Amino acid sequence: MSALSSETIPLTAPSSAGISPKPRRRRVLSPALPLALLGLGLFVGCWYLTVDVLALPRFRGIPGPTEVIREWVSPDPAYGTSIFTLSYYAHIWASVRRVAIAFTAALFTGIPLGLLLGWSSRFRQYAFPVFELIRPIPILAWVPLAMLMFHTREGSVIFLTYMAAFYAVTLNTLLGVHSIDQNLIRAARCLGAGPTTVLRTVVIPGSLPYIFTGLQIGMGVAWFSLVAGEMIAGQFGLGYLINASYTTTRYPTIVIAMITLGLVGFASSALIRFVGSRLMAYRARSIGS
Amino acid sequence: MTGGNLILDAVGKEYRTAGAPVAAVQDFTLDVGAGELHVIVGPSGCGKSTLLGAVAGFTDITSGRIDLDEQLLCGPGRPTAGIGPDRVVVFQDSTLFPWLTVADNVGYGLVAQRRLSRRDAAGIARGRLQEVGLGDIAHSYPGELSSGVQRRVEILRALVMEPAVLLLDEPFRGMDAISRSAMHDALLQIYDKFAVTVLFITHDIEEAVYLGSRVTVMTTRPGRVKTTIDIDLDRPRDRGIITAPHFRELVGEVSDAVRDEARRAFDVGEREMVR
Repeated sequence: MSALSSETIPLTAPSSAGISPKPRRRRVLSPALPLALLGLGLFVGCWYLTVDVLALPRFRGIPGPTEVIREWVSPDPAYGTSIFTLSYYAHIWASVRRVAIAFTAALFTGIPLGLLLGWSSRFRQYAFPVFELIRPIPILAWVPLAMLMFHTREGSVIFLTYMAAFYAVTLNTLLGVHSIDQNLIRAARCLGAGPTTVLRTVVIPGSLPYIFTGLQIGMGVAWFSLVAGEMIAGQFGLGYLINASYTTTRYPTIVIAMITLGLVGFASSALIRFVGSRLMAYRARSIGS
Repeated sequence: MTGGNLILDAVGKEYRTAGAPVAAVQDFTLDVGAGELHVIVGPSGCGKSTLLGAVAGFTDITSGRIDLDEQLLCGPGRPTAGIGPDRVVVFQDSTLFPWLTVADNVGYGLVAQRRLSRRDAAGIARGRLQEVGLGDIAHSYPGELSSGVQRRVEILRALVMEPAVLLLDEPFRGMDAISRSAMHDALLQIYDKFAVTVLFITHDIEEAVYLGSRVTVMTTRPGRVKTTIDIDLDRPRDRGIITAPHFRELVGEVSDAVRDEARRAFDVGEREMVR
């Protein structure tokens, strides 16, 4: 993610060929990395201390880091799940696939709807009250309806995941449209831009920072709802693995699945941040950013 | 572009409020000749920006009419001629698109109008930037530039459209004195080169006299023409004239006209506060 160049603004205009920006290289590794590793080490140390060394009463049933890590990297895991077992990857793939489908659907429905809500006050007057009434309903309350609608467990889990991400993406896109300085739109119109040109060249790029915030939040709540959905109605996936391991008392597997969720969730957020920084290279080059 | 004769004839604008309608501008008549740099000064809230918005096509008017080169721009109850690109506004705060490079910003209108491809527009933009000594920032983003340079780019972006009238709404407000005087000279340089009609709105009397071909002083709300003063200083102008007796005389003349109105505006403000 080093070369941040201005050639990555596809939403504004087709091509910047002929305009080669000054190349700028940025360091990938932040100087904060050693500190981050230190913090991580301290956290695992506390875990080790409370569970393995001191064996505090409250933590008696909890698997310690040595047991979890040994199980995680064992070619012959005692509880059936490690990096050497195929089922581990089948669970990861099931979850990633569901999030990917749900998130993509949220992206392709939430962004256009958010733009429309922000752009047309007439449409907002119709649609926004409905949106605002449905939004506070917790995702888990949708589980029965999701089952009735989709019949399959797969479909309903993806639907729940989608719903959560969809609200975040739509709402932030709407906020993004409203964040645009009205004079920016007036300036574009003064320069001869019609409504669709204003939408394409001002409203969309102007909302992009908020849209990406929405995508970040959406990805977070997508994983949250996915795990909730998988615990209730899953057949595979990391949420299912956690729940199934609990009922069959395979406790280290629970922690393995949790850590895996953390890693996969972090990677998916990082991916969005990366795409966002490529699309909004101008922000990295602006004074005071 | 030749032309740019802007005529405001008995223009009035009333805003409807909860009580009686409030007149922002009343019976405002002005004839800005083609290629003239006309400055409007007046106290805060005298309707300067309302007038500019009406010329730009952002707001309608409730009486009178505005014509540009014998074409009706707007009248009461009649649809306005729309916004731009024959009248381009440069606002108080930067409206450069932060996600476009300077060259793409300057070429924006040419692309938006589908007159040129993005590549050709950027080429023209780079040429224009070079003419005013800004060639080396063509690939920068607006956020990388000082506010003064942003201003110059923005004025250039407007002029690339070859508008009949350039509308400047207190474009140098909030700048420090040094950048401001540099901006005055940059604007005059651009003005002398492009020979465009300019309507310039400001609070600053010295700025008005230094830049303007004529200066119109507006009255306190409702805004009318109090007086129009010819600035008979030769062009091109340079900072040297600021200390010249005749320049000081003209500044004094404008100041006197403004001071009456500023006092009246202050009194009105006091009365509104008491009430």
